[in-house]
Amino acid sequence: MSAVAASPAVGRGTGRRTSSSLIYFSSISTNTHRFVEKLTMDAARLPIYTRDDTLEALEPYVLVLPTYGGDSGHGAVPKQVIKFLNIPGNRELIRGVIGAGNTNFGESYCLAGDIISVKCKVPHLYRFELMGTSEDVDRVHEGLEEFWTRLSQQQTPQ
Amino acid sequence: MTPEKLKLASHVTAINWNRIEDEKDVEVWNRLVNNFWLPEKVPLSNDIQSWATLSAEEQLLTMRVFTGLTLLDTLQGTVGAVSLIPDAITPHEEAVYTNIAFMESVHAKSYSSIFSTLCSTKEIDEAFRWSVENVNLQKKAQIIEGYYYGDDPLKRKIASTLLESFLFYSGFYLPMYWSSRAKLTNTADLIRLIIRDEAVHGYYIGYKYQKGLEGLSEARRQELKDYTFELLFELYENEVQYTHDLYDSVGLAEDVKKFLHYNANKALMNLGYEAMFPAAVTDVNPAILSALSPNADENHDFFSGSGSSYVIGKAVNTEDDDWDF
Repeated sequence: MSAVAASPAVGRGTGRRTSSSLIYFSSISTNTHRFVEKLTMDAARLPIYTRDDTLEALEPYVLVLPTYGGDSGHGAVPKQVIKFLNIPGNRELIRGVIGAGNTNFGESYCLAGDIISVKCKVPHLYRFELMGTSEDVDRVHEGLEEFWTRLSQQQTPQ
Repeated sequence: MTPEKLKLASHVTAINWNRIEDEKDVEVWNRLVNNFWLPEKVPLSNDIQSWATLSAEEQLLTMRVFTGLTLLDTLQGTVGAVSLIPDAITPHEEAVYTNIAFMESVHAKSYSSIFSTLCSTKEIDEAFRWSVENVNLQKKAQIIEGYYYGDDPLKRKIASTLLESFLFYSGFYLPMYWSSRAKLTNTADLIRLIIRDEAVHGYYIGYKYQKGLEGLSEARRQELKDYTFELLFELYENEVQYTHDLYDSVGLAEDVKKFLHYNANKALMNLGYEAMFPAAVTDVNPAILSALSPNADENHDFFSGSGSSYVIGKAVNTEDDDWDF
């Protein structure tokens, strides 16, 4: 996994800039982190603690985030992700979301992905459980490549 | 196994929730407290008519499955979660285990609420007698119990996670099956609350296991990993027999086994290991998966869809104070 290029803090509440097309949040349990590692794609991890400066996205990206819980939506989206998306520039560049979770949480399974999908009007591309199986990794790897190809074809050449 | 006197935490100091060593403790404590529920809140009596539509055989199966689950919850509440307390690294971890222990006792009691609503005293006593006499059920309790009384804190966490994340599921299958056929739907609602709790328990105990691995030698880590898979195989073989014993009469054993494989993989992931069972044997019946979680079906996989259109998730209330937009 390549690291994010460090740069001085820019703007309100932002820290490092990243050109990664995959940005993710993972708590100290590292389930989502392990999934992203298995993708072997360039990816940037959001800071674990809300007090830390968040990232500034420079290129279109897909967001991967877990839903940890099952309390009918309350607090489903991690605070660190909210902090990141509260920055308009980050919101403009999001193209899709991938949710991690556990079907044991019933209707709340990958709820954070649903919430962001609605708020940012982007597709909830895929859902996987815990750190994902090898099948999940293959499907997301292929799916993301196709997704980016399709998006680049849709863009009108200048 | 000779029952020994359960070890208690050797030293206790006043717990200070304003000085936190592991934020997971607070996060999980809050989650468990927010998820708190009691069986009295679920309108089980609405299932009385539905219960009457089950055949005598189906009723017997359901009662046996629920006494089996009661035994596991009792074991986890009375011994399992409590046995983890002396090994806790932080005082807040100890507090979380007391919460887990109590909720397991709530789970165990909730099956009795289901029984008293739907069954006669004679039937209930018969089912409990069965739970004492069933070889495979007793065996799985004994295997786990052996580690709870044993002297290896990490093996105790492995056994506990496998109980929370794997052993319950031969039982949980049945209420999901009834729910998928629009039967015993209130009972299924109650079981879903238990399933939700067990996910947090398995996640947390598995997380603490992984914390415990930090700083250990490679040899010791390998020993524990080998042990995890050995124990899983031992439990799995027993679960397969238990599953056939219970479900052969209604022709569901093969379907249940897929659910076992699927959950065994999740138990391994909770312990930080890769899934073991391949996709070919974890293809859980979509009706069961959707009874568990309405968002879990393939329609929610954009990558496998036709591509041009996509579904945006359903609107959910959010904490708007946190969002600027």
